[in-house]
Amino acid sequence: MPLLVFPNMCPLMKPLLFFLLSVPCLSAQNIPFIKADQIKRWKAAETDTVYVLNFWATWCAPCVEELPSFEKLNKAYADRKVRVVLISTDFKRNVDTRVAPFIKEKGLESAVVFMDESNPNNYINMVDSSWSGAIPATLILSKRKDTALFFEKKLTYEELEAAVIQALPPD
Amino acid sequence: MKKAIFPLLLVLAAISTAFAPVGSGYTVGDTATDFNLKNVDGTMVSLAGIKDAKGYIVVFTCNHCPYAKAYEDRIIELHKKYAPLGYPVVAINPNDKDVQPADSFDKMVERANMKSYPFAYLYDETQEIARTYGATRTPHVYLLDAKRVVRYIGAIDDNSEEPSEVKEKYLESAIDALRAGKDVSVKETKAIGCSIKWKKA
Repeated sequence: MPLLVFPNMCPLMKPLLFFLLSVPCLSAQNIPFIKADQIKRWKAAETDTVYVLNFWATWCAPCVEELPSFEKLNKAYADRKVRVVLISTDFKRNVDTRVAPFIKEKGLESAVVFMDESNPNNYINMVDSSWSGAIPATLILSKRKDTALFFEKKLTYEELEAAVIQALPPD
Repeated sequence: MKKAIFPLLLVLAAISTAFAPVGSGYTVGDTATDFNLKNVDGTMVSLAGIKDAKGYIVVFTCNHCPYAKAYEDRIIELHKKYAPLGYPVVAINPNDKDVQPADSFDKMVERANMKSYPFAYLYDETQEIARTYGATRTPHVYLLDAKRVVRYIGAIDDNSEEPSEVKEKYLESAIDALRAGKDVSVKETKAIGCSIKWKKA
């Protein structure tokens, strides 16, 4: 059973909609918003699924250049326990005006979420203490192998796949 | 299982250092190197040449990056507020113009003129200064005291998108602590930023 990926909600919605906890906070264009604690949950989740978390933004040229590698991985490992999540660090005001049209234009099939934290110090060290905050950055989590591989650079498909193969538990 | 991936991690670490100096560079307490870089007005600027400085706000920034743009007006205001107190902003663009043409020296001159930058805006053409400092992104701030000892590294404040919603002015707090002769309480912060565009090998 794959981990429920987006159990989070807007903090302000929570008290109002506590009886609808399964409804995530979404942008108008249906991009789920996550908070820093989602990183913690991904790290703690008892799951066989390998999480490939990519931090990117629509304006970041190297991020956009490496996106096809993540899309390729998402397709190639569709029948394996690999979950690619593209975590947008765009400005919040651009989620519906830029991120959503970008997803449509590029035909992205991997899950895209928005990191809804105005202060990145809330989550950068949580992702990896060595991360300076430059993007692109990618974290590959494998609970079964007890590993977290972190990269603060643009990845080629070969590098990405090699890391995922290392992270995948044996069948 | 951890053992099995350790050699792989070493390989990966070796690969990553070939691309950018992640994990190297200055930490708080180190003495930063001076430099002699070309300013947008055509002169060469070094820290030693700045008269009566009590410290320096060294900001690695650039033209093209949306995060750098979001901070541009705040960097101008910082200089206006702190240069008269002895803490001028010294902005350095470390990006390679072949990788990011919008960050060429000519474009820097254009931008500086358009916005009437009151501070020096220098071109780190060899990228040696950015590498030596350990800058990885724009904007990336190093606050130095009069002896060029690094006293703060990181973000300008805690909200790049909305200046009106800033709660923590990390850099200003650090400068104020220096001015008061106190220890800087938050010495290091992080921020999302554009990766520095290193020259292609």
